Amino acid sequence: MRYLPLTPADRTEMLSAIGADTIDALFADVPAEARLPGPVAGLPAHASEMAVERHMAALAARNLTAGAAPFFLGAGAYRHHIPASVDHLIQRGEFLTAYTPYQPEIAQGTLQVLFEFQTQVARLLGTDIANASMYDGSTACWEAIAMAARITRRKKAVLSGGLHPHYGETVKTMARFTGDAIDARPPRLDAAPDDADVIAAIDGETACVVVQYPDVLGRIPDLALIAAAAQAHGALLVAVVTEPVALGLIEAPGHLGADIVVGEGQSLGVGLQFGGPYLGLFGCREKFVRQMPGRLCGQTVDADGRRGFVLTLSTREQHIRREKATSNICTNSGLCALAFSIHMTLLGGAGLARLAQVNHARAQAAARRLGQVPGVAVLNDVYFNEFTLILPGDARAAVRALADRGVLGGVSLGRLYPGEGGLDRGLLVAVTEMTGDDEIEALATALDDVLQGEPA
Amino acid sequence: MSALNPSGWRPEAGTGESAAALAPTASGDHALALEEPLIFELAAPGDKCGVDLDAPESPPLPGLARFLRAAIAPLPGLTEPEAVRHYTRLSRQNYAIDLGPFPLGSCTMKHNPRLNEKVARLAGFADVHPLQPQQTVQGALGVINELAFWLVTLTGMHGVAMTPKAGAHGELCGLLCIKAAIAARGEDRRVILVPESAHGTNPATAAFAGFAVESIPATAEGRVDLAALTARLGPDVAGVMITNPNTCGLFERDMKAISDAVHAAGGYVYCDGANFNAIVGKVRPGDLGIDAMHINLHKTFSTPHGGGGPGSGPVVLSQALSPFGPLPFTARTADGVVHLIEDTNADVFPQPGAFGRMAAFHGQMGMFTRALAYILSHGADGLRQVAEDAVLNANYVLRRLEDVLDAPFGHSGPCMHEALFSDAGLADGFSTLDIAKGLIDEGFHPMTVYFPLVVHGSMLVEPTETESRAGLDRFIASLRSLAERARAGDASLKSAPHFAPRRRLDETQAARKPVLVWRETVAPA
Repeated sequence: MRYLPLTPADRTEMLSAIGADTIDALFADVPAEARLPGPVAGLPAHASEMAVERHMAALAARNLTAGAAPFFLGAGAYRHHIPASVDHLIQRGEFLTAYTPYQPEIAQGTLQVLFEFQTQVARLLGTDIANASMYDGSTACWEAIAMAARITRRKKAVLSGGLHPHYGETVKTMARFTGDAIDARPPRLDAAPDDADVIAAIDGETACVVVQYPDVLGRIPDLALIAAAAQAHGALLVAVVTEPVALGLIEAPGHLGADIVVGEGQSLGVGLQFGGPYLGLFGCREKFVRQMPGRLCGQTVDADGRRGFVLTLSTREQHIRREKATSNICTNSGLCALAFSIHMTLLGGAGLARLAQVNHARAQAAARRLGQVPGVAVLNDVYFNEFTLILPGDARAAVRALADRGVLGGVSLGRLYPGEGGLDRGLLVAVTEMTGDDEIEALATALDDVLQGEPA
Repeated sequence: MSALNPSGWRPEAGTGESAAALAPTASGDHALALEEPLIFELAAPGDKCGVDLDAPESPPLPGLARFLRAAIAPLPGLTEPEAVRHYTRLSRQNYAIDLGPFPLGSCTMKHNPRLNEKVARLAGFADVHPLQPQQTVQGALGVINELAFWLVTLTGMHGVAMTPKAGAHGELCGLLCIKAAIAARGEDRRVILVPESAHGTNPATAAFAGFAVESIPATAEGRVDLAALTARLGPDVAGVMITNPNTCGLFERDMKAISDAVHAAGGYVYCDGANFNAIVGKVRPGDLGIDAMHINLHKTFSTPHGGGGPGSGPVVLSQALSPFGPLPFTARTADGVVHLIEDTNADVFPQPGAFGRMAAFHGQMGMFTRALAYILSHGADGLRQVAEDAVLNANYVLRRLEDVLDAPFGHSGPCMHEALFSDAGLADGFSTLDIAKGLIDEGFHPMTVYFPLVVHGSMLVEPTETESRAGLDRFIASLRSLAERARAGDASLKSAPHFAPRRRLDETQAARKPVLVWRETVAPA
């Protein structure tokens, strides 16, 4: 077998060196009735590299790839152009096949990357500090709520209706088991976000308010206003960013008073990959550092006085604190953080600003054209690169009909909010620097056909 | 005299002083040992950019004016040649499994096959959106379903939750299933029993899920104390979390008896599957009465660790727990269509007991494609060989070193996939840490140190099945030499490593005054 270096002669000689007669003698502690006599039944035997590649390629060919169709999906995962050098660099074996940097003397590469990543994320989000990444945006969102509860010693979180429903569901799942109270509301199909509703829900029991920016319908809440209201009640503002490219154009949440800012970093450096792995961004005020979840990398010196980096403040973490840890997280999303960091380094602040401007301009072109399709209205007054269309009928059926025409036309609110009435005519449309005029025209034409009931 | 060296010149014998001290360089670099500044020291924000972008075709919407960023984010940019060089130079400061053995016990650092990287990058997997209409992603859903089938069959379990994003997330998933199942019975059980040898994630997860954690002692031979565990069972105990093979590298012989006792008392058995590598294809956890077990795809099934993630932690479930798993999940109908079920009230496969979503989207797809390629490559026969070779390699290390390193459980029989040593017998003032740092100078990554906590100065060596015999012999020779030096009190070991990019780092200073981000005012040390 191509991945197993021991030869049959090695195995015989090694068994002899150990003093065992057979390999099964080494499994003597496994009770006989639990030992399988041969390979697990019902599964095929080994296969060559060529055969496996063919099998996987056949499965891959059964998917309609984003690059092969006019493509307008977003809702928490965005298709941006990734510079070729990003994927090349993350495949260097020294990055790809290293472990968590427990031995810092021989892991300075990973550690310096994490230190640079933390600095980039903090500066992007406008926070004092940031950690070395979380699993994804949705789990980072829950961890922020749990952290706010530790800081305020209160148990209630107020969620804006503009929070991505998967994030909201993740939070509700966790809260059901931890006993935290979640005051959530569904979105309303209004041009403006629900800032006033959120502010009205804050009281003396509130640990934090969770507001997505831009929100799931593409609208932009007034974070400064909500932050002031939260602060007046001793609550924290948790801002959630699912499209970090937006922060090249609109103000960083930390600069608007958010106490904790979390986000999904997938847009930079990490492809769509059908939903994972992605990476969670997590930044906050420096005074909360000892309540933060996840890995942290810090600067220090070595025995010769040279600058170096180590994982630090591990007294918050599970391997030291066990049941008293701030979180059970062990793994972060290291390789995705590296990809994010490289892409961000190639862009720099100026490149990110330009990229954001281009996204926004492309979205304006799409909104103008799609708003001209008979029966279709654009909900938003303001948006970054994603907006909501209101169709005359069920958007979920329209998305399927568009797919039958080879157009990936967006994400229906019916898909995102199954069972939630009153939202089914909503269609989220995301546009990036990748979206060409021909694709916008193709969607507009196909949407017109679908709405007029033309057969595919 | 060789043809390549006609002068007959030969290097002079060393003087004992380091080359760096003898011949200081102006750059501070030493041939291939290259230092690298931070990106913030390489360029100023706004200076340059490594991505060419057209000018935007229109200005921002007027309504956006009040939201615009006051100043661009203060982030430096690098051109492509500079960026490639920066990250390539940094990569060379890392040890990696591609460079040599990385015998971290419990972490399973095995070779990462490059076929897996190739298939994960096929456009049909890498460039599909998680919310595409299901008719356009049948191949991607097929990967999830096919991997799920393998995991269920290999473990002899009933169902599997594919969405957890890492091992600890999988633990959480399993405990939430247990909590939901107990709630569905109308009971209130709040205690989870965890052996003292458990991974730190186990008690942390149980506490995070709202359970009270109680510790169960180990026997003198390093296994769960069945009598103590049975005595503690009762109507308040929701379940136990057991690692098998355990963190001492031993199979829990009484696993079935433990499961039976826990079930009889109305509890559930969670198994930490971090060490599944030792038994894959040889033992099915379902036959041992396990109710839930996470599988670290980045351990047993070779997906790369990437310097600390991403992981992936699917959880296999017993028949009793399967109805309570998270959303979404995949299911295949007789017509061959794979459905993604995102709703408890779905038209097909409604699952009213499902406890809900643990994360956005459907799991670590990029890890699923890699793990499936690995599993198909090995097949049922090859996976069995994986376990056998992993166990053989670990026992070889154990028996070849137990004369110079104390093996606290070496007398109780063979180990599984990892060999455990302690610091007993080292000279006064010498510790496990000194041996670990000495291994760095020898060109190896150290083993796991100071874990498990049940042994003083633990050294947990997991060679994995992807080390050759010659490679093992070199590692054993180095570890033997270090053990002898530590027993003899060789002072030079106390200051190791001497040849790494950095010497021992001051972790106390890092934690006392944390510097977590670069600031212009913080001068480089």
